[in-house]
Amino acid sequence: MGAVSTTAPARSHADTPDPNENYLKATRGIASWLFTLDHKRIGIMYLVLVLIAFALGGTFALLVRLELFTRGRTLMDADMYNRMFTLHGVVMVFLFIIPSIPAALGNFVLPIQLGAKDVAFPRLNLMSLYIYAFGACFAVYSMVDGAVDTGWTFYTPYSTTTNSAVIPMVLGAFIMGFSSILTGVNFLVTVHKLRAPGQTWTRLSLFTWALYATSIIQVLATPVLAITLLLLTMERFLGLGIFDPKLGGDPVLFQHFFWFYSHPAVYIMIVPGMGVVNEILSTFSRRAIVGYMFVAMSSLALALLGFLVWGHHLFVSGMSEYATMVFSALTFLVAIPSGVKVFNWVATLWKGSIRLESPMLYALSFIFLFTIGGLTGLFLGVLAIDVHLHDTYFVVAHFHYVMVGGTVMGFVGGLHYWWPKITGKLYDEKMAKFAWFFVFIGFNVTFVAQFIMGSRGMPRRYYDYLPEFEIFHKTSTIGSWILGFGFLTMAVMFVMSLKSGKKSTRNPWGSAALEWQTATPPPLANFVKVPTLTRGPYDYHLATEEELSEK
Amino acid sequence: MTTDPNFQLPQQLSTGAAEVDDLYMFVYWFSVIFTAIIVGVMLYSIVKFRRRPGVKAAPVGHNLKLEVAWTVIPLFFIVVLFHLGFKVYVHNAVAQEGALEIRVRGQKWRWEFEYPTGMRVNGEVKIPVNKPVKFVISSEDVLHSFFVPGARAKKDAVPGMYSNVWFTPNTKGPMQVFCAEYCGTSHSGMLATIHVVDDAEFQKFLKEGEGPEPGEEPAAWGKRLYTKNACNTCHSIDGSKSPGPTWKGIWGRDETFTDGGTIKVDENYVKESILKPQAKIVSTFVTTQMPPYTISDKQIDAIIAYMKTL
Repeated sequence: MGAVSTTAPARSHADTPDPNENYLKATRGIASWLFTLDHKRIGIMYLVLVLIAFALGGTFALLVRLELFTRGRTLMDADMYNRMFTLHGVVMVFLFIIPSIPAALGNFVLPIQLGAKDVAFPRLNLMSLYIYAFGACFAVYSMVDGAVDTGWTFYTPYSTTTNSAVIPMVLGAFIMGFSSILTGVNFLVTVHKLRAPGQTWTRLSLFTWALYATSIIQVLATPVLAITLLLLTMERFLGLGIFDPKLGGDPVLFQHFFWFYSHPAVYIMIVPGMGVVNEILSTFSRRAIVGYMFVAMSSLALALLGFLVWGHHLFVSGMSEYATMVFSALTFLVAIPSGVKVFNWVATLWKGSIRLESPMLYALSFIFLFTIGGLTGLFLGVLAIDVHLHDTYFVVAHFHYVMVGGTVMGFVGGLHYWWPKITGKLYDEKMAKFAWFFVFIGFNVTFVAQFIMGSRGMPRRYYDYLPEFEIFHKTSTIGSWILGFGFLTMAVMFVMSLKSGKKSTRNPWGSAALEWQTATPPPLANFVKVPTLTRGPYDYHLATEEELSEK
Repeated sequence: MTTDPNFQLPQQLSTGAAEVDDLYMFVYWFSVIFTAIIVGVMLYSIVKFRRRPGVKAAPVGHNLKLEVAWTVIPLFFIVVLFHLGFKVYVHNAVAQEGALEIRVRGQKWRWEFEYPTGMRVNGEVKIPVNKPVKFVISSEDVLHSFFVPGARAKKDAVPGMYSNVWFTPNTKGPMQVFCAEYCGTSHSGMLATIHVVDDAEFQKFLKEGEGPEPGEEPAAWGKRLYTKNACNTCHSIDGSKSPGPTWKGIWGRDETFTDGGTIKVDENYVKESILKPQAKIVSTFVTTQMPPYTISDKQIDAIIAYMKTL
């Protein structure tokens, strides 16, 4: 890589921002944030918004679980409950998880990992942020104007005939989709065109590969969602008969259109999380990721195969048996690249030099919890078993294991890992471990109970339930309180770090990766001098002692 | 009910349930062993290979053989899994010759069953034990899903098309039916019971139809009908807010309708409201649509008797 200088040459002008100045101090005032073109500031603004979304979606979840603590009415009636679970899903999927890693962490880290000054289209990047915020406003408007009670999947004809505020919510998701598409385009061009000298494709970080694969999905799949939501709106608003048989339409057609996007969407959610795991695992094992090319290619394989399996959400929809057979076979294929990653990660730990700081706890949790989530996907891919498990709590537990046990662990782990780089400060490590413990235990208690009640026949999206399921619901709700407590502690920890955290050194984790070779926090232009790379981000045997120094 | 054979799964109440459960347990044990190996190696590594001063991580080489092995071996497993799953699925998807056909109509928020004789019953269905039965399913409004956990059977009820599900019940007694596709306010109340009886009792029921239990008072039968016919999914009996007018104090109550008319609730009004619910709509309930019911005069009398007690 060559020595990366972190000291700046003398500057003569004081009125233009100094590109070598710490990016947080280079310009001041609210306008310098709202009209910034700096990918790092845009990433931070996304981070703030997605964290607010996470808190909101999490609150809805706690309310859902609280209602289910006892049978019958606990705090709210059925119509309110149906809105609670719908809003939990909508907020978590569209406002939190889809943008989370790519837009918040990816925006900040990707250009630096490439050795670039910024993304390819900084103005487009700012516009993507505003589009997201604008779309979110529609969603919030819907919430206060009667909200939505359709489930986040908006199945027809219920969604075309119910009285709730479907159109503003669906328009919000439609608008936010463009933020996702434009971010994807931006990242693809950035990776192709803005790599620093010496940054060959085989020296890219695996987080970069993951974001690249994710961007392909975002660009190709999201337009399908946009059109589907538009058709839904037209049917509701203009009475066009597309999905409602009373108007001459086909309700199952909606499911095909919806899942054609929403299945690839789950790979938009998980692949970046897997990308983060590579970064953390390598740094805290002080070792290159085993099978680099296989891991890189597996991200692309997931992106491709992810488009071929949407029908597994429709096994009992009335679709032909022939179609179910084809989708089941393809669904099993998609397990292979995920398995390849897990095996390579475990092989990386083997004979590594491992430190168990908080980011590593989250990365290891990801591997364990994602393995369970992925294996429970196998149950659902087996046609005969899916007939029993579809639309039960087993499915709910499955997707929470991959989305929370997977993506959220990756997001939170990445947040811990890159926190010093972003803020220049450290957080309290003891508190981080304490919070992790409650998150890990709380998560498992919440969702293991759901696997069991699901396979025992408990359907999902139920306001009330039969007495035989009460013990499982109570257990799951108590788990949600433990999980919530863990996240609350984590939030307090990060706020304390912002207020009074210790200043971080350039490379607190002793990583060989490129983003840790520039100042912490980075200068406005990311690097004082454009780096010329002579090694990859995981080449600990080629890195110098100075590069790896934590001082 | 007798003790569960398996903590994770419901009782096997059909002849096809056991092979589904066998598949489930096969995947379960495969998953347990796989996870144990992964976790085992992870835990071992973080202890044995923890960072120690002076000890470096081993260099990472290329191990193509290993990479190919752990790509191809799982591929073999999943081919086996797909094949087993498909076999069982096809067997459970194609109804046996000569199966008894029961027509099922889902509508917010009740299940209506129609026998081959044309008799229609809400909320419960009687079928003979050890004989294959095929449910021909549709919806009158939005998506529903006909789920019978004891038979490991499920199929969506789709408006505008027919779908079907079949099984052979092997145990006399009740089988729970749930709606498994979210359908609005009382989705969780859209329940039904399949009563599996011996063939003689089934034939008798087909001939004689539905009636009260021997010795059952009309009001008590009416109370059972209140739940069976899913009146409970829209009409509360304690005065709390519900999609339809509460039945608490309904008998003799003054109601005002959307067209301005008024009535004191009596036998004729109740009968009309059950058979032709859209004829008069109470003015505070404009947005809810009650589906029409085709039930016998005897049942209506029993419901009226029950209403008088509230």
